[in-house]
Parts: sequence; C-alpha cells; structure tokens
Amino acid sequence: MSATTQSPTASDSRTPSKVARLLGDRRLPVGVTALLFLVMYGVGLGRYQFYGFAEPQVFLNLFIDNGYLLVAAVGVTFVILSGGIDLSVGSMIGFTTMFTAWLVERQGLPIVVVIPMALAVGAFGGFLMGYVIHNFEIQPFIVTLAGLFLFRGLCLVISKESISISDGSVSSMAQTQVQLGMGFVSIGAIVSLVVLAVAFYVLHYTRFGRRVYAVGGNEQSAMLMGLPQGGTKIAVYTVSGFCSALAGLLFTLYIQSGDPLHATGMELDAIAAVVIGGTLLTGGSGYVLGTLFGVLVLGLIKSIIQFEGTLSSWWTKIATGVLLCAFILVQRFMTTRKKG
Amino acid sequence: MTTSSTTSSRWRALTRHHLFWPVAVLVLLLLVNVPFTPDFFSVKMADGHLYGSLVSIVLFGSPLILVAVGMTVVIATGGIDLSVGAVVAITGALACSYISDQKDQGALSGVLLAMGLGLLAAVVCGLWNGFLVARMGIQPIIATLIIMVAGRGVAQLITDGQIITINSEPYKLIGGGYWLTLPFSIFVVAAVVAVTGALTRRTALGLLVEAVGGNAEASRLVGIRSRRIKILVYMFCALCAGIAGLMISSNTSAADGNNAGLWIELDAILAVVIGGTSLLGGRFSIGGTVVGALVIQTLTTTIYTIGVPTQTNLVFKAAVVIVVCLLQSPKFRDKVFGAKFAARFGAKGGAKPAPTPADPAAATEAAPKMEVS
Repeated sequence: MSATTQSPTASDSRTPSKVARLLGDRRLPVGVTALLFLVMYGVGLGRYQFYGFAEPQVFLNLFIDNGYLLVAAVGVTFVILSGGIDLSVGSMIGFTTMFTAWLVERQGLPIVVVIPMALAVGAFGGFLMGYVIHNFEIQPFIVTLAGLFLFRGLCLVISKESISISDGSVSSMAQTQVQLGMGFVSIGAIVSLVVLAVAFYVLHYTRFGRRVYAVGGNEQSAMLMGLPQGGTKIAVYTVSGFCSALAGLLFTLYIQSGDPLHATGMELDAIAAVVIGGTLLTGGSGYVLGTLFGVLVLGLIKSIIQFEGTLSSWWTKIATGVLLCAFILVQRFMTTRKKG
Repeated sequence: MTTSSTTSSRWRALTRHHLFWPVAVLVLLLLVNVPFTPDFFSVKMADGHLYGSLVSIVLFGSPLILVAVGMTVVIATGGIDLSVGAVVAITGALACSYISDQKDQGALSGVLLAMGLGLLAAVVCGLWNGFLVARMGIQPIIATLIIMVAGRGVAQLITDGQIITINSEPYKLIGGGYWLTLPFSIFVVAAVVAVTGALTRRTALGLLVEAVGGNAEASRLVGIRSRRIKILVYMFCALCAGIAGLMISSNTSAADGNNAGLWIELDAILAVVIGGTSLLGGRFSIGGTVVGALVIQTLTTTIYTIGVPTQTNLVFKAAVVIVVCLLQSPKFRDKVFGAKFAARFGAKGGAKPAPTPADPAAATEAAPKMEVS
C-alpha cells in the first residue's frame, strides 16, 4: 500500500523548516479538526445568531445528542490504533438497547442489575471476536462482520417489534439534568466524557496503551520485542465491545426504547469520527482526543442542518462524506511529508 | 507418506483444489433442502418459463454475483470496495428518475439512455475510488468509505428522498423479465462472468492484476502500469455494481435511495472470501466467487424453506459465516483437527503466516508437504 505513495517532492533531507516541522507534527490532524470545528461553529454563530445558535445550550446539546456516538467511537479508536477494524459496533448498540428494554420491561429486572449484565455481554462479545481474530488468524473485517450479523440477528430473536421503556427509574435517569453554569447536560453526556478521560489516560499513560500503539505501528516488531501482541489485540476488541455496550445503554437512555433497527450503520459514523479525528486507519498513530473533535464535527453538521431548516437530512450524509474526503486527503499529504 | 495409494493422493489433490471447500459447502446446503422440499431439484415448465428452486436461487442471486465478481478483481489487487452498495443505489436512482421523467416510459430509447446514464455514474464513482487509491495512495477501505457514506445521500438527493416507482416494460426485462424460458438476469450474469473470465484468464490481464495485488511496487518496477490497473479494476467493480443496481431497481420497478443494495458490499465480500480469494490480494478465483455468492443465496433460500423463523436467519447466517471462515483458516484446522488432518487436507485457505519456530503445528504441517513433492 505504502509502496505506491512515494512522492518525488517528499525527499528533502535538509534541516526541516518551521513549516515542515509543523506539517510533520503528529498532533496536527487533531489541531486541524479542532480548528475546523471552531470555524464551523463560528459560521453557525454568524448565520443563525438570531435563532439562538449562540446560546451555550446549543453547544452542550452536542454532547447530549452525541454522547453515545462518542463512547462508541472511543472504543473504535482503540481497535483502529491497533491496526484492526470493528464493524459490529452498530449491531452491538442495537442489541444492547433491545436486551436492556427486554430485561427491564418484559422481565421486570431493575435497571441497576441490567446495566452490568449488558456491559458484560458486550465485553464478552468483543472478547470472543478478538479471540477468533488472534487465534485463528482470520481477518478482523470478516470476523466483526459476522459479529454484525450475529448481534443484529440476536436483536430480532429477542423481539421483532420495538419495546418502549416506561420504567420509572429509567425515565428519571434519562431526564436528569445536571446543571452547569451556562446550561445543563444529561447523564449520558457526563458518562461519555468520563469514558473519554479514562481512554485518554489508558492510551497515553499506561503500559497497555503503549502496547496498542506498538501493535498498530508494526505487529511483527511488537512481537519480536516480546510484547504480548495477542493479548493486546484481544483486549482491544474487548474494550470496543464494552464501549459499544455502554454506548448502547446511553442510546437506550437517550431514546428510551429498544428496537431491532436502532443504530443501523452507526459503526460507519464511529469510524468516520475516528478518521476525521486524525487517527490513521493503518494503525499506530492518532489521539483519542481527536475522536472527540471528530464526533463534535459530525454533531455540528447535524445541528447546522437543523438550523438551516430547508436542507434535507441526506445532506448530512453528503457533508459527512465530503468532510471525510477532505480529512483523508490532509492525512495523506502529511504522511507523505513525514516519510520524506 | 510413501505407502499412500494413488486413490488417496487423488483425493488429496481434489481436496486441495481451490474450489473444493466452496463447492462442498454449496452441495451440502442444497442437499439440506431435500428432506424439507422433496422436489427441490425439479425444474418445471409453466407459461413458457422455467420455474424451480434452482432457477430462483440464480435469479435472486444475480445482483450479488455481479457485485461479487467486481469485488473479486478489486480484492485481487489487494484492495476492497465498500462503496458498491451506494453505487447500486445511485445507479438505480438515476435510471429510474430519468425514466419517470419521460412522457412514454416504455420507449426503448429512453430506457437505454437511462441505463447508460446510470452506468456512466457508476463508472465515474469507480474512477473516483480508483483515483484515490492509485493516485493519492489512500487505503482502499477508507477511500471507498467516502462514497459509501456520501453515496446514499446522493441517491436520496436524486430521488428527492422519495421512492420513485416507474412503469416501463423494457426496463422491467433486466431484472424481472424472461428470455428463452430463463430469467433474463441469468444471461446478463453469464455474460459478465464469461467476459471477466475470458479477460482475466485468456489474456495477461489476470496475471497483471495478481501481480499488482502481490506487490504493487515490484510490479510497477518490472513495467506493469500498476496504477492504471488499479484504477481500471475499481471502474470495473463499480460498473458491475451499476448493472446490479439496474437489475435490483428493475426487479422492483422502483428506486429506493435508502435501502437499495443495503449491505450488499458485505455479502459480496463474504462471497469472495467463501470462494477462496484471500483478502490480502495476489490471487483470485472468479469461479470460486460465483460459487460463494450462490452459497450465500442458497443459504438465504434454505433458511426460508426449512422453516427457520425469519427473525433468526441473521444469527443463522452469522453462524455459517463463522464456520466457513474457520474451516478455511489453516490455523483453526491445525488446532481443532490436529496436524494429521491439516497435512491431509493441506493449507488452502487465506494468508499463510510464516511458520515460527515456536509453532510446532506449522512445522509438522510443512514436513509431509515436502515428502509429497
């Protein structure tokens, strides 16, 4: 893959100028995404200032409306950093909403008991996929694709119809507003930020985090260095499964129902957020903080389209695609520079 | 090994053939149907058309076969194309919206123009994918993700978010019509498969594709225009997806930007993998892919006929996918059936990892192989 990318202009071995050093900085993609977010927000402020876009609550709503996506994308970041891919995220979220709704509504279990069960199921599902990927050397793409079918199928096995949740403790949890100075956020938003903080700590300050980067950077080297690459890979998919289940719980809170079609295709949103956040899909390079900005940019597209009013929902998809394209090209440009 | 008789070595040669496992699975799946539908293999003649389970498997499997054949060639170059589902939707949307704007929807010239327009759009999508992969050097899975995400938006933009229904007899032929007693789509598929097979196996093109998939840089250095070949295969894949898009929209006489060809890329990749083509590129088998697509379609049909509740069919499918992939994994065969079995049936599946000294199973597997040669 990388073999075809040698650009004739990238071979300067002179002392890197300031510009070159800036372009070679690994943090640049995150910076670009953050900058893009600010620019988009600024444009929104200019265009819709009389429609209340400037209110802090609009900003906080980004976290309320996209908390579940952030959690899912954080899980996917681990997998992508390790050089893998997880296509089962959307199905796992859908399955968790179904599983939770079924246990709470049909079986009458208290939500406090259901939450750990759902998380355990998600983590175990991820563990199984990681186990198969590592031990039988089957491509992650295919294994997680089977996971996609499996969990979507299990949703339908539980029930073909959606189950709405009327349980009191769930709705009170869903409606809890945590007051901040300038507005409020939901429990889901707080949980997602906590997950982000934990992931940031784990990836950048723990041994496991360094192993994830090492395996993603070059699996062969990681193995020769004596890193437990198998364990790391399995752990990464377990983390992703756990995050998907947690995202499913947040989605259940957000939407207060279980439906076999919930979150269809959300794995793509999550992957797109990770890519827009500057993480390289080849693995080994990227920051989980970038994923936050990726999710915020995707969320901001949605709110701008809402504020615009006349734009139809499919513009979200087109805008996401165009942004994705722009970021991939920026990434490409920068990795070419770095090789030089 | 010297004591082994000729029959066992023939058997071994047979089981090592790249089509052995896919065909075995297909035959097994077909046979599973017999106890549930005794006349499963019978083909009846009615109204001048042939009817029967086998005919409908091929008929309903046609779009998948087309997409999978295109996907095979892309995967052979070490790439992957996630955008085929979106291309299916765009092609169908363009063709149907053009026809619905015509005064006379049955006019042949209008239908041909609509089809041309749809296929042109598909090829442009393929060109874009190929450009990103070959010229910009972007990972294929990411490059094609762009159209996968944006493409359905474009399709909805074309149809204005509606499901466009049309009423056009000539257009109906591609996906739902009959010709010479057989569904017309079977002829389309046969033509595409034959042309692809001829181009890749009777000319040097297939070899070049495999060379690019094996090592793009090396093949460029020996004088193969690897970039041009990559662009070509993405265009070909998109063209196949475009034909499948016409077929799907023609079969339902409607274009649905949101749901047409949904998840077909995943089924197609699955068909390619079941057919024995490695996702790492470097070698491919069109025949295997056709068998793989038929396996998936037969599986779907079987699920319906043996009375598995429809809601569990996805679980069923996941189980089959896992079993087929596990069977193709040399490592799995080593671990589960032991080294003796693995030596007997050889390592035919996906990427063969370099045997490490710490892996005794791989070492024992390599030994008998040398004796055979």
